Amino acid sequence: MDLMTMILKMSEGLGKTCAIFFLTLLFSLPLGMIVALLRRSRLKVVSAITRFFISVLRGTPLMLQLIAVTYGPYYVSVAVNKLAEAYNLGIGLDIGISKNKLVPVVVAFAINYASYFAEIYRSGLESMPVGQYEAAQVLGYSKIQTFMKIILPQVIRRILPSVTNEIVTLVKDTSMAFTVSYQEMFTIGKQIANSQTSFVPFVVAGVFYYVFNAIIGFVMDKIEKSMSYYTI
Amino acid sequence: MSVLEMKNVRKSFKNVEVLKDISIKVDKGEVVSIIGPSGSGKSTLLRCATLLETMDAGSLTYSDEKAAWMEGSSIKYTKNLNSVRSRFGLVFQNYNLFPHYSVIKNLMDPPVSNQKRDKNEVYNECRVLLDKMGLLDKENAYPCMLSGGQQQRVSIARALAMKPDILFFDEPTSALDPELTGEVLKVIKQLADEKMTMVIVTHEMSFAKAVSDRVIFMDNGVIVEQGTPEEVFDNTANERTKQFLRNYNK
Ligand SMILES: Nc1ncnc2c1ncn2[C@@H]1O[C@H](COP(=O)(O)OP(=O)(O)OP(=O)(O)O)[C@@H](O)[C@H]1O
Ligand SMILES: [Mg+2]
Repeated sequence: MDLMTMILKMSEGLGKTCAIFFLTLLFSLPLGMIVALLRRSRLKVVSAITRFFISVLRGTPLMLQLIAVTYGPYYVSVAVNKLAEAYNLGIGLDIGISKNKLVPVVVAFAINYASYFAEIYRSGLESMPVGQYEAAQVLGYSKIQTFMKIILPQVIRRILPSVTNEIVTLVKDTSMAFTVSYQEMFTIGKQIANSQTSFVPFVVAGVFYYVFNAIIGFVMDKIEKSMSYYTI
Repeated sequence: MSVLEMKNVRKSFKNVEVLKDISIKVDKGEVVSIIGPSGSGKSTLLRCATLLETMDAGSLTYSDEKAAWMEGSSIKYTKNLNSVRSRFGLVFQNYNLFPHYSVIKNLMDPPVSNQKRDKNEVYNECRVLLDKMGLLDKENAYPCMLSGGQQQRVSIARALAMKPDILFFDEPTSALDPELTGEVLKVIKQLADEKMTMVIVTHEMSFAKAVSDRVIFMDNGVIVEQGTPEEVFDNTANERTKQFLRNYNK
């Protein structure tokens, strides 16, 4: 197989790589904020449960979470059906391993990244001086307005560099989808490498990720610059 | 009728009583200074008046609007807190301007978004306020581009843009270099001359003496003494006041 064919074949997977990337951001960025707010809840139970989930998601490999979300439901249904049979309950679950792996892959990525974003948001929220909340309250802003108009824009400004780091990591992490044989760019590259006993597909993959991240870096830099009209 | 009336206010943090049965009344056009040693409860009193703290007991009334009152042995706050909030303004020690808003947006956003006032009208009023503060050329600047004294003047203008009946200041010059203090005090003096009702917590004794109609000396959660600046600063018979002022004049 010549280089051009390799590149073309791997490019076909690039769309799926991008799908993982953009869908993960689309869901995890807002979900992370919800998680961060739950984590800061005044209800001890809520914040403790949230903290536990965050620690599990950050403390176990993403690869494991991908496998759990993709195949977990199937194994659970098998176990349930065995039990139902043993006790003659006459019910049965019919959950197969979904054909479209994009759904479980994005679910796993989104909850994993949400837990990282949540911690970033939390540190950003905690860095806000209490005086901003008090000034807003005295000036008649409601709680929601205070958050949306006064706090959130400043928090975003503060956490943007950390968010950029996570986004760069996400680009590279999309390759993890090979663990559940989702046909994104890296999975295809790995298959070619195996069948052709060639190292070249890995070099091609490396170049793809590098260029992808160069673009991300450029875009994030523009966004950061557009927000740096004031200092904190 | 008084613009502000607080009666029998009590406030504790955990088990420490910080305000012990405080009552104050401020009339329209009056300038009242509150002085006293650190930890005497001056800020806490202002924070109770501005709804940043909830009182344990007592009543709080702005003109004809009841903000909090006693029902039996428990305190009740009005449901319409925002209407109460539009009656007063508060100037913080460290300004607390919104850094991501330009000067003019800091001034205009609260009246326009929260008081639903006409944008053009508010804009013209805010320009007049900035002019008065000597900051007309800073309309489009961001707070980070201004000196401390300028930021504090913006925050005074921001409070005034809400058209409050009364303005509270909590040590408005304590965060400023001595050479910037003067420009802020000058603005407050100007407001006093225009008969703006004001309550000023300050450590600037000579300023308090010059600007106030009445001085309140607080210590340890109680009002020890109050009177005209002459009565409190020059002719006090109270030992505690004398001792405090002696330490200050040293
Ligand atoms: N949120 C709080 N939690 C616990 N204690 C508090 C709180 N706020 C104030 N205090 C305590 O209440 C007392 C009065 O504080 P306050 O800030 O009202 O004093 P102050 O007269 O304004 O002093 P200063 O001149 O230093 O500003 C102090 O002993 C302070 O430690
Ligand atoms: Mg104080």
